[in-house]
Amino acid sequence: MDSSGISVVFEGFNLLRLLNGLLVTARIALISVFISGVLGIVLGIVMTSKWKAVRSVCRIYLEAVRIIPILVWLFIFYFTLNLELGGELVSIIVFSLWGTAEMGDIVRGAVESLPKHQKESGAALGLTYVQIYQYIIIPQTVRRLLPAAINLATRMIKTTSLVVLIGVVEVLKVGQQIIERSILEVPTASFWIYGFIFLLYFAICYPVSLLSKRLERKWQS
Amino acid sequence: MKKTGRILAAVLAVVLALGTLAGCSQKSAQQSSLETIKKNGKIKVGVFSDKPPFGYVDAQGKNQGFDVYIAKRFAKDLLGDESKVEFVLVEAASRVEYLQSGKVDLIMANFTVTDERKEKVDFANPYMKVALGIVSPDGSQITDVSQLKGKKLIVNKGTTAETYFTKNYPDIELLKYDQNTEAFQALKDGRGAALAHDNTLLFAWARENSGYTVGVSSLGEQDTIAPAVKKGDKELLDWVNNELTALEKEKFIHEAYDAALKPAYGDSVSADDVVIEGGKIQ
Repeated sequence: MDSSGISVVFEGFNLLRLLNGLLVTARIALISVFISGVLGIVLGIVMTSKWKAVRSVCRIYLEAVRIIPILVWLFIFYFTLNLELGGELVSIIVFSLWGTAEMGDIVRGAVESLPKHQKESGAALGLTYVQIYQYIIIPQTVRRLLPAAINLATRMIKTTSLVVLIGVVEVLKVGQQIIERSILEVPTASFWIYGFIFLLYFAICYPVSLLSKRLERKWQS
Repeated sequence: MKKTGRILAAVLAVVLALGTLAGCSQKSAQQSSLETIKKNGKIKVGVFSDKPPFGYVDAQGKNQGFDVYIAKRFAKDLLGDESKVEFVLVEAASRVEYLQSGKVDLIMANFTVTDERKEKVDFANPYMKVALGIVSPDGSQITDVSQLKGKKLIVNKGTTAETYFTKNYPDIELLKYDQNTEAFQALKDGRGAALAHDNTLLFAWARENSGYTVGVSSLGEQDTIAPAVKKGDKELLDWVNNELTALEKEKFIHEAYDAALKPAYGDSVSADDVVIEGGKIQ
């Protein structure tokens, strides 16, 4: 029997299964990150509303998502509500809800950190509410929130490993299946498989960091 | 300009209201009876995907193991073809929820019968028996539970081992893990003094991992492992029980043992210590 551990990665359909798992991870993470980014900006602006009722509703949503663990949300949506949606779709919904809340708070912080006179100057120039946000507030906000947003995105990518509990087989679970299956014959299987999965996660997360670095440099001028 | 803010607020309110509504509209319990299964032409069985030799996925991506072997036979006798079983890969911590929400018809994921679980699901007659065991490194072997005082014991969340120690030995510190993979890795890394799990699994593991021995081989009461159905699904429950009785004649559970468990246990365990034929403990 081949005892070199790395062969476990390539045995049978293992490599294909790992890459399929990675695809599931990437799909859930990237779609939710995208939805969270868009909705988060909207939510963040709503959160700076001058009506107390609106702010309170946003606050309740944010705190609910923050206080209740993501795993519990996954269970609520998958088992309790028992919608006829696949586990993957439920994961995307829950991750988007989470990401939107967190992103909303990041955006709120960034918007509020802008000096008040920016808005007032815009209004003095006769810009409409939408124009003020479009040309003054949002461009400046995006620059300020970038590091925090990238941090959130990578956190979301890594947290996708939770979705296995509602039956979605993502890359980490495939890895565990392979390890459990081969550990008796290849004791070092866990080292190689986890090592390989590390590279796969790196392959998703690193481009995100690179992108953020490039954007930051580009906007610095 | 106030308008935009107001519209945004309204949209958000609607979204939230919809979310709350969805929360209230609990789906009425489906009749997951034999009729539905036959109509769909497939039975959904929840099995493990990383717990060899009971339920695992091989390098070809196919489900294998003791539970899987028996589940395939159920499908063959119920629907005429063993390929008419759809395996749903479950985790130990969410097996009950899969049944309660009707995502599976039957759980055959090494599911130990406990009083607590009986309140939430209906167990059929057992096909296997098991007790808890404790495995530890040879150098500092644990041969009695009392030796665990002041040490860390590794268990899996949602398993009988966790419940047993929490209830009977609250002063032993437990290190809890979601996955078997993590738990056994933690033992190898020396993060705990020993690991408690079903003894059969430990025998198989210790056999392949030299340097570790099952110092305590039978602890607590002897438990049984049985298929489980959704609470109240009497039709399927009766079918499973009759099926187990029918399979006794050909010693099918022994056949499953020889096919799936024997390669892992070798001669360290005798088949009659593990399997139950006909759903009755002799």
